[in-house]
Amino acid sequence: MGRLSDRIFGLAMICVALVYIASAMQVQVSFLSDPVGSKAFPIGVASVAIICCVVMILRPDEEPDWPVMWTVVSIIISVFLLVGYSYALKPLGFLIPTAIVSGALSYQINPKPIRAVLTGLGLSIGLFVLFRYVLDLGLVPFGKGWF
Amino acid sequence: MEILDNLALGFSIALSPWTLMLAVLGCFIGTIVGALPGLGPSNGVAIMIPITFSMGLDAVSALVLLTSIYYGAMYGGRISSILLNIPGDEPALMTTLDGYPMAKNGRAGDALVISGVASFVGALLATIGLMLLAPLLSRVAYQFGPGEYFALYLLAFATLGGISSNNQAKAALASCIGLMIAMIGLDPNSGLPRLTGGNLHLYDGIDFLVAIVGLFAVSEIFFFIESHGKSSAAGVKIDKVRVPWRDIWSTRWTMLRSSFLGFFAGVLPGAGASLGSFMTYMMEKSIAGDKGGFGTGVPKGVAAPEAGNNAAAGGALVPMLTLGVPGSGTTAVLLAVLVTLNITPGPTLFTDRPDVVWGLIAALLIANFVLLIMNVPMVKVFVKVLQVPPAILLPGVTMISFVGIYSLTGSYFDLLLVVGFGVLGYLLRKLDIPTVPVILGILLGHQMEKQLRDAMVLSDGSAWGLIYTRPTQPEDISYIATGLLIAAVLGFFAPILLRRFITKPQRVSD
Repeated sequence: MGRLSDRIFGLAMICVALVYIASAMQVQVSFLSDPVGSKAFPIGVASVAIICCVVMILRPDEEPDWPVMWTVVSIIISVFLLVGYSYALKPLGFLIPTAIVSGALSYQINPKPIRAVLTGLGLSIGLFVLFRYVLDLGLVPFGKGWF
Repeated sequence: MEILDNLALGFSIALSPWTLMLAVLGCFIGTIVGALPGLGPSNGVAIMIPITFSMGLDAVSALVLLTSIYYGAMYGGRISSILLNIPGDEPALMTTLDGYPMAKNGRAGDALVISGVASFVGALLATIGLMLLAPLLSRVAYQFGPGEYFALYLLAFATLGGISSNNQAKAALASCIGLMIAMIGLDPNSGLPRLTGGNLHLYDGIDFLVAIVGLFAVSEIFFFIESHGKSSAAGVKIDKVRVPWRDIWSTRWTMLRSSFLGFFAGVLPGAGASLGSFMTYMMEKSIAGDKGGFGTGVPKGVAAPEAGNNAAAGGALVPMLTLGVPGSGTTAVLLAVLVTLNITPGPTLFTDRPDVVWGLIAALLIANFVLLIMNVPMVKVFVKVLQVPPAILLPGVTMISFVGIYSLTGSYFDLLLVVGFGVLGYLLRKLDIPTVPVILGILLGHQMEKQLRDAMVLSDGSAWGLIYTRPTQPEDISYIATGLLIAAVLGFFAPILLRRFITKPQRVSD
């Protein structure tokens, strides 16, 4: 049993597709429906997806080059950073979250602390000026009621 | 001389100082984006869409800006192919085969100029082809009913994976993922929610811009974290850029042939620019034979794929504008632009909104000349930009993507979705599952389902309604729908057989 990646992904997608079909079955149908209705197309597409997954499981491709453990950890850290950024942007304003996240991302790509800090500060201020004053987008620099 | 009148209308719209400025700006941004390794035309346009809309540009201005970026990125892709042996985007892969050896032989400047001119020839001829072919095709498209459209969408999905993917099951799975995502939200026929899991944020469905930015732009940062930005261009230098007239003249037929072939490769739904550059390179290689020295750094080997892929970029606009079915990843993104601007591509576009169509075509012609000027004498500027380290560039790109989406929707939930699509994009690309069909699925899913349902309403629920599309003439088969369905089946299975004979050439290694 080599070539696990394709098999695992195929299996995971089959589960997703089954859940998808199950929830498509639950779709409410209005009394005035067309011959096809709201359920048929989603169920059909998910069924095709399952067939594709079965092919992937039976005939998997070569294993891709997965990154080493530490790189996986830094990718996961960046995902969390970006999730945090999504939540922080509204309450904390643009400048501070952007400086922190872009600095941290820069550090993940190339671990040079000073350059990462400068990148964070530069991008945060530079992009703010660009978006707010050149492109005229409504960005809030800081959280509400700070100043 | 209808075309000339239309063109005059187009230029009267596109030649205002404001749109000209946007065209120049778009070309500049596009070339940079195309040149940067890892960022291609799809990313470039994807990142810029939300920003363009937040700026409140009108339809014509937004289109001019975004198509200039599109063409610019097609030009720019060659720069990193030649200098770094890293294709700036997928179609530019073939350019590395002779471009990089030329650069190693100390002819980087020549290779850049030849490929720039070839890009110009390809793009210009393709734009002219677009002007001639698109109105004709839009007349055919008038005969399309729901059955025909459904068959056409099926064809697009069946062929999209085709050449560019190595595994049909994976390409089909990608289309299914896209279509499944598209179904989330309110059912357009009944108005009732579907597959939302009760989450109110999902009632409006998932915006394809969110998916595009996540899959194309945010997933890129994970790849750069993985590679630690090793693919940077620090230290690349080119001395003097002169115009190698003799080489350009000697490649004239190559450029012309490649432009024609590339254009038609682009017109085929689903094939796109990668196929264009691949086919043209292979054609020129076999014409030149062993003596041609392809792969060792010959001008023809640079001119052919560049003319081919830029011509295909223009050709891909034909099905996108006339039928609403994009021929490549980037035209899928451009289709997203049109849909967001409330412009429905299709046969009626040419009669309803001639200002948009011909303004766009005029803008493409203008962009071409601007790009020629930028890419030949000013090519050194872009080489400088390539030297920005990825540790500064990629965080910047990510932040721009986030702000673009945020200022468009103002919702933290959409930002979370962007991150989710970024992770999905990373996994899919790692597993060699193409991401373009996902986008296309999200983009076309609703239309595809609607056409199927409408066709079934017309035929009272009989599946034969897909072929017998005229309820008034029940015994007449629709040749268009049947042909498209057959083409879809062939287009899906042919690559499985052909793959044994044609293998995609890999990048040359040092």
